[in-house]
Amino acid sequence: MANVSMTVNGRSVSGQCEDRMLLVQFIRENLGLTGTHVGCDTSQCGACVVHVDGKAVKSCTMLAAQADGSDVTTIEGLASGGELHPVQAAFREHHGLQCGFCTPGMIMSAVDMISRHGGQLDEKTVRAELEGNICRCTGYHNIVKAVLDAASKMGDGAKVAAE
Amino acid sequence: MGMEGIGARVARKEDKRFITGKGRYTDDMVVPGMKHAHFVRSPHAHAKIKSIDTSAAEKMPGVISILNGAQLTEDGIGNIICGWMIHSKDGSPMNMGAWRPLAQDTVRYVGDAVAIVVADSKAQARDAAEAVVVDYETLPVVTSAVDALKDGAPQLHPEAKNNQIFDWEIGDAAATDAAIASAAHVTEMKIVNNRLVPNPMEPRAALGVYDDSDEHYTLWTTSQNPHVARLVLSAFYNVAPENKLRVIAPDVGGGFGSKIYIYPEEIVCLWASKRTGVPVKWNCDRTEAFLTDAHGRDHESTIKMAFDADNNITGFKVDTIANLGAYMSLFSSSVPTYLYATLLSGQYAIPAIHANVRTVYTNTVPVDAYRGAGRPEACYLLERVLETAARELGVTPAALRRQNFIREFPYQTPVIMCYDAGDFDASLDAAMTAIDYDGFPARRAEAESRGKKRGIGISCYIEACGIAPSAAVGSLGAGVGLWESAEVRVNAVGTIEVLTGSHSHGQGHETTFSQLVAERFGVGMDSVSIVHGDTDKVQMGMGTYGSRSGAVGMSAIVKALDKVETKAKKIAAHLMEADESDIVIENGELKVAGTDKSVPWFQMALAAYTAHNLPEGMEPGLKEGAFYDPSNFTFPAGTYICEVEVDPDTGKTTVVDFVAADDFGKIINPMIVEGQVHGGVAQGIGQALLEGTHYDAETGQLLTASYMDYTMPRADDLPSFKVSTTETVCPSNPLGIKGCGEAGAIGSPPALINAITDAIGNNDLTMPATPERVWAALRSAQ
Ligand code: FES
Ligand code: FES
Repeated sequence: MANVSMTVNGRSVSGQCEDRMLLVQFIRENLGLTGTHVGCDTSQCGACVVHVDGKAVKSCTMLAAQADGSDVTTIEGLASGGELHPVQAAFREHHGLQCGFCTPGMIMSAVDMISRHGGQLDEKTVRAELEGNICRCTGYHNIVKAVLDAASKMGDGAKVAAE
Repeated sequence: MGMEGIGARVARKEDKRFITGKGRYTDDMVVPGMKHAHFVRSPHAHAKIKSIDTSAAEKMPGVISILNGAQLTEDGIGNIICGWMIHSKDGSPMNMGAWRPLAQDTVRYVGDAVAIVVADSKAQARDAAEAVVVDYETLPVVTSAVDALKDGAPQLHPEAKNNQIFDWEIGDAAATDAAIASAAHVTEMKIVNNRLVPNPMEPRAALGVYDDSDEHYTLWTTSQNPHVARLVLSAFYNVAPENKLRVIAPDVGGGFGSKIYIYPEEIVCLWASKRTGVPVKWNCDRTEAFLTDAHGRDHESTIKMAFDADNNITGFKVDTIANLGAYMSLFSSSVPTYLYATLLSGQYAIPAIHANVRTVYTNTVPVDAYRGAGRPEACYLLERVLETAARELGVTPAALRRQNFIREFPYQTPVIMCYDAGDFDASLDAAMTAIDYDGFPARRAEAESRGKKRGIGISCYIEACGIAPSAAVGSLGAGVGLWESAEVRVNAVGTIEVLTGSHSHGQGHETTFSQLVAERFGVGMDSVSIVHGDTDKVQMGMGTYGSRSGAVGMSAIVKALDKVETKAKKIAAHLMEADESDIVIENGELKVAGTDKSVPWFQMALAAYTAHNLPEGMEPGLKEGAFYDPSNFTFPAGTYICEVEVDPDTGKTTVVDFVAADDFGKIINPMIVEGQVHGGVAQGIGQALLEGTHYDAETGQLLTASYMDYTMPRADDLPSFKVSTTETVCPSNPLGIKGCGEAGAIGSPPALINAITDAIGNNDLTMPATPERVWAALRSAQ
């Protein structure tokens, strides 16, 4: 058993967990934040992406204990003060989701991508960088559009802010 | 059309919860006292179960109970059924073997469930499952349907001699043979339609809750049709009486057909909850999903198409062997028969068609409907053979198709279907323009100059949606009616709740159905709520599959809306002392036409419930229900054209352009329809280029059981699609809707393969067209 404490979506949390517990389980089961999903068991699908200390991480690939002391953001913590994050808004506007299951992970990956590239993203880069996320519903067409649109709206400011 | 009405590109209502992490899927559900299940599954593809020893496992931490097939039998739980009876051509019924929810004497595929472990935590259940000792005596294995039919092949079920389930035919064999005998040209091909794993991103899950205080059961499950689940669980599996069972399919993370069926795990979790006295939740992991979700396709066909001297098609003969896996799943028998061979006329006037289909048991996962279900298999045969024939006949593929198009409607095909409307030239023209078909030779030359092979491929599909009418499908062997139900409740303050028996798992019903109501009454979409997915809230339903939600589900809503409108007008007429035939509904008001008299919608609704001033003898309230049984299938059709570039050094194919021109009839929300096409095309491209399901022929082990081995289409495998629609209104339902969910997966594989074979100059290529296969085909063509 390990004792872990971390900040999740701005709130300090702590708890006991088995050594083998994954971060995604801690988030979903201990904290009840079920927006982060599990779509596979081989770290291939990206449904579980969250941000740990500002970087996109597959939370099925990290032990809860490894996240001890970290600052974690999940999809539930992305919108601030009731305002959708620009990437969330873009996914809705461009119909970048259907069943919604891959969506939290997609959005978290997209936010990270934009924070690294700023407004300079192009389609090829977005498609290449989405390689860790699988969507079975949308054919990616509208996801790519949404990410590009959000990137251009957020501009390079997003990049600076992330650094 | 208003801002939010029919035809408007409205952003989806349901998105808000999905983009903020507030979607609620089955695995997110927590109920007091809930425990976790893990299934003990067979590691062998075929074996006798000699004994099951749970003694060590039972002592492990957290274990509450371990149950197996013997106890299931003790409690009288029934076999898993196949819901569509098909007779062989000699009149004999299907040779169906038993499928126990927990295998009892024999296991027949890797992943066959043998026991369920219930424990305090998921990890404990998994640990204990590892400690269950099952003594197996392995048996010989067969994974290919062609091999399974051979004399001396391993036998799966005593009921099915030579593993053959049925030998079925449709069409006119003599006329077709005669057409082939007298043809000026015959194109012959052997075609394989590769087995696919549906892979919705949400793995299946089930949470069974038995409440002994009122002997009531609740099942949360990842289902496309909770009502059918409730019916089957009670009527056939004997798990719970229908009036004591509530089935809830909350947000469901994609289905693509694989969540239509009732699976062993749902039955067992519900039963185990009663047996153990605790709520039991099971959530499968991805490898478990690969091993147990019903797979799709898996046909091997030999085909002949006959042409006269003027290149008119005179006959089409098909001989298909369909692999149904180890057991017969719920709709499995209908897929390679009535959902497949009835579409073998395609968009073409073919005077004589004959298809023979043999279905076969093998030691593989049960096969059932996957996006398109039978129609992709039919379309693939037709569109591959037409393209090949065009090459052999020395005419362009577009011209050969166009020459043979059906142009008069209604058109009765020789294989049951009667097409009600269509304009196949329009979609072919639209697609050829969109891809600049005439400019292709120049692009090919340019590619050649870079050392690349370029190819273009066409596919003109037609499919049948909204399976119907109930009486007709009943006469063909279906075990259920295929109507839909709806209830429209206008609340006392005028907001509207629509209860529908169709189920949304990504299709955006909350939005499109609200648009329909908004259009009708001129109220805002926000005043409309769509309720679905819960058998306690919605009384009856048949769920969502076969693109039936628009054509059938919305038609039921239209019928209920008609009744609401009639009553609302009566109330308004009474309030304004006008004639009810003069009342019109506009912008949320009921007006007397040609006057300035009006009553707001909410006021009329309030009047219905205060009942202070209603017409003599009128019942209070404003709530109406309807059932809708369609008069015919609907027939979406279209043309897909794909342009590819093949690298001759590596065999790698790049999709450089893809256009889809579809005719879906009337469209409620073009944005959602385009999204459906994108998703379908992506799955079709996946089938054509990437997705292959491989079993080891000796051991029956599934070699592609994770995302490391089974290639799922990712963003950089796919192009941006160019989609457009033409419209011939469907005359068979009140909205003129045809359905759009499956078209992409049906039309795109042949377009892709036709393009690649065009590029490499070899018609002989099997899906998925991996670089290795393309490279080899390219070499053998040289
Ligand atoms: S669940 Fe983490 S990558 Fe699939
Ligand atoms: S929206 Fe369903 S998996 Fe992406």
